[in-house]
Amino acid sequence: MRRLGSVVAYTYLALVYGFIFLPVVALMLFSFHDGLVPVPPFRGPTLHWYAELLRDERMMDALRNSVWVGLTSSALATALGFLAAYGLARYRPAGAALVRGVLIAPIAVSYLVIALGLSIGANELGVGRSLTLVVVGHVVINLPLAFAVISSQMSPAQERLEKAARDLGASELRVLALVTVPVLLPGLLAAFALSFTLSWDEFVIAFLLTRFDVTLPVEIWSSIRTGLDPETNAVGTLVFLLSMGLLAATLTVFSRLRRRVV
Amino acid sequence: MRRCSTSGRSSSRADAAVAERGGVEGASTARGWALAGPALGWTGVFFLAPMALVLAYSLFRRVGGQLDTTLSLENYRRALTEEVFRTALVNSLEVTLVTVVISVVVAYPVAYLLAYRLPRRRGQVLLALAVLPFWTSYVVRSYSWLLVLAKEGVVNRTLLELGLVSSPITIANTRAATIIGFVHFFTMLVTLTIYASLVQIPESYRKAAHDLGASGLRTLLHVTLPLSMPGVIVGAFLTFVLAIGDYITPQILGGASELLLPQAIMLQVQRAGDFPMAATLSMVLLVVIALAYLSSARRFSLGAPR
Repeated sequence: MRRLGSVVAYTYLALVYGFIFLPVVALMLFSFHDGLVPVPPFRGPTLHWYAELLRDERMMDALRNSVWVGLTSSALATALGFLAAYGLARYRPAGAALVRGVLIAPIAVSYLVIALGLSIGANELGVGRSLTLVVVGHVVINLPLAFAVISSQMSPAQERLEKAARDLGASELRVLALVTVPVLLPGLLAAFALSFTLSWDEFVIAFLLTRFDVTLPVEIWSSIRTGLDPETNAVGTLVFLLSMGLLAATLTVFSRLRRRVV
Repeated sequence: MRRCSTSGRSSSRADAAVAERGGVEGASTARGWALAGPALGWTGVFFLAPMALVLAYSLFRRVGGQLDTTLSLENYRRALTEEVFRTALVNSLEVTLVTVVISVVVAYPVAYLLAYRLPRRRGQVLLALAVLPFWTSYVVRSYSWLLVLAKEGVVNRTLLELGLVSSPITIANTRAATIIGFVHFFTMLVTLTIYASLVQIPESYRKAAHDLGASGLRTLLHVTLPLSMPGVIVGAFLTFVLAIGDYITPQILGGASELLLPQAIMLQVQRAGDFPMAATLSMVLLVVIALAYLSSARRFSLGAPR
């Protein structure tokens, strides 16, 4: 009975994991396909489509744009989120709950509606669509998360450290630079990495707010419209590996810092 | 020292220390607001103001290529009665609800097995593995399903080889494809939320049920399941909100077979250039999400441990 249960359990898990990994495996496998259409039977392997990808000016431009938008918007969201989290945690101002509510609010709204709002606003002001607008939009969606992540890292222990530093005569700025920021570094890093991941992958805001210079998801979107293409498989595989690398790096740094601080 | 305190809720020692340094609490409030200022400003200018614009536009109309700024509910009437918009809303609700149900049903046993039946370490490794495809780009993930479900794709090829079908079946560009794409993504998400709920249930509860003579099934139905409801509800709510607002999956996988609400909104923006109608449909979307929140928030408290 117990054995039968285990067999059923493992079969079920195998089926679900098969379902979860099927598209990813198909994507990766057919990026090495030696043929014009990425469908079975598989022929190859070849690195032809990766070479094509590196020669694809539009894709490479889009990649650079995505990195720029991701870094800028994450840095801004992390900085603004940190200041707000710090201000609320340290000074407990009257009306803190209201501030928190306003800062978290964008989470409740679909990206599509945020994109529409910014589109209408830019239209009213006569501002053209551009990557800068995308940065603005990505800060809007990332700020609540950065704020929440950093807020959760504020602790009484750290507050005591800051107080000790002040008692020893450190100026407010020195406390911030030499105590608060280093102690909060894991949280700041997590907020930055989370923001970057979301910005890097975000489509609908980038789609509605750009025209000629686009981000990677938007460029991939345009290439999908022309049908199945092994080069799209190649770029998808590379994006996946880049994200995994980023994740691994973040986790490593994060656990090191954690150990150092606690 | 206490005399300076004006806001009633601050009484902790840390607070007292801060107030001591900052002098009166008013100065402390000013500093707090000043530090939150940039974030508040950004959210105000680039989120609250645009949302106010969406609300205002939803009450405007586009007449003969011109923006008519007389306030009217005409667009809302159209959104709820005109065939194309009403169908889009109904389609969205149907697809989303089916997605929620299938995702929870598929994910619950996975979370259960990972949390209870496997050795802890192996369970955690498998959980990490289960969310790995999260890290593929969202657009690429939908494309990958297109690859699998296409007429010549992996699924059809396998079915043909096995002799299960005599000619390729059409899955891509149907509602089924949209649901498959959604279920794939949200099964990963719901597994996480349910797993988080399950591992929080003390083992002693299940042991107690067992000692009192309850069968495994009875323990599952009367102890584990009710106590894990918060994870189910949170997962279901997130799935509902994210799926009903998503444009990518239905557009890539469902194609032009039928229109969902986000696709209808996008068409108004891109094809018709009708910002007011897009804004009205967006407000409808937000109201649906708010209703989902209200109903799941109530369920959530019912499902919490008594």
